[in-house]
This record gives sequence, structure tokens and C-alpha cells, in this order.
Amino acid sequence: MVQLRYFASLRETLGLGDEAIALPEAVGTVAGLQRWLQERGEPWREALADDRLLVAVNQQVSDPQAVINDGDEIAWFPPVTGG
Amino acid sequence: MISVQTEDFDPGEELERLRSGLAGRAGAVVSFTGLVRDLNQGDAIARLTLEHYPGMTEKALAGIEAEAMQRWELIDSIIIHRVGPLSPNDRIVFVAVASAHRKAAFRACEFMIDTLKTRAPFWKKEATADGARWVTPTEDSPSPGQPG
Repeated sequence: MVQLRYFASLRETLGLGDEAIALPEAVGTVAGLQRWLQERGEPWREALADDRLLVAVNQQVSDPQAVINDGDEIAWFPPVTGG
Repeated sequence: MISVQTEDFDPGEELERLRSGLAGRAGAVVSFTGLVRDLNQGDAIARLTLEHYPGMTEKALAGIEAEAMQRWELIDSIIIHRVGPLSPNDRIVFVAVASAHRKAAFRACEFMIDTLKTRAPFWKKEATADGARWVTPTEDSPSPGQPG
């Protein structure tokens, strides 16, 4: 299983803050998982096509090429606006 | 010291707690307090709500603190960031650093607040007369979110 998390405007668009899924066998990277999620159709397809989105793997900012493994926590979110 | 909290903080108390632990080693303490403004992009702001990524937020703040401690040989530092609902004039963020000399303290404090704005996973949603909207990063504080 992998833990998926969505924050801020993305969470609202998807209507979902977190979920746990079995990592699909064909998926090995962040980009691959993102494409797999987009295949769910709308609103996933369009929401995850936003190239401003950031991704974190195990709570560290990461990139689309990052390899993901069973047990990982992957989070997508818009640019941060704290401070 | 890192804290992510819903409740308010007292900058005077925080500075005194920092000072009392310095044992004479510091010559300078610099702090920054961020407040909620009542205006953003020309619109009156009635209320602000801060969301964050529990767990990652604390790691990101600890990383910023550790980087500053190393770069400027700080003696101690504090980062407090509030989350949840806030109103104009509320305190939202506090950064304080103690160092042997003032230049290091000024630079480290500025580095910490600037870096926090681009790297820590917080998101502001503001309520205006036209409804609620998520704040987007401004030109002077781009949000690459990249480590390093």
C-alpha cells in the first residue's frame, strides 16, 4: 500500500484529502503514479495536469522521476504560501 | 525550537525564554513577527485560514533552522507558525535568532523567514467580500519548493 495525500486547492478540487491504495504493478515513479491517477477521469485528469503542482515523497519535496516503493507516502500540493 | 500551533504566542515571552538560555554567549538577538494584513491584491480580507502538512511542516522548519544554525553559527533560534483561522492584525509567524554578532543575526533571521515562505508546506485561504480564495505566491516570493 501507498499513502496518497492532497492539500489546499487540490484537496478541494478532488474532494479528497488522503487515501491508501495498492501500488499498481506497472507504476514505478511519481510521474507514473500521477498518470495512473489521471486515468480515473475528471476531476483527476485536469487537476493533476497542473504543472505548478509540487510533489513530496515521504515528506520531502521530490520530482516526477522519483522512484516510489510500497509503504511510501506521496503528497501533491500547490505552491506554498506560508509566512 | 520549532512550533506549529493554532494558539497565539507572546513575542516578549519568547524572546525572554531565548535570552535566558544564552548564558552570555550571544551579543545579538534579532526577531521577525509576521502579521495578517487586512488587504491583499486590492481586496479587503475578513479572515485567513492556514492549512499545512502535519509532519512535513515540522521537518521543513527543522531543516531551515538547522541550515541557518550551520551557516551563521547561531547560538539558538525559534520558529513559531500558526495554523487554522486568523483575523487581520493577528500574529501569524515568529522567527528569532541569537548570535555572537548582529550581522549574522540579521542575515540568519531574514534567511529563515524568506526560506520558510518558499519551502514550508503552508497554504493560506482568504475570505473576501466576493468569497473565499486560495492565495497564490507573489512575484517577490516565488515558490519553487525545492530543497537545497
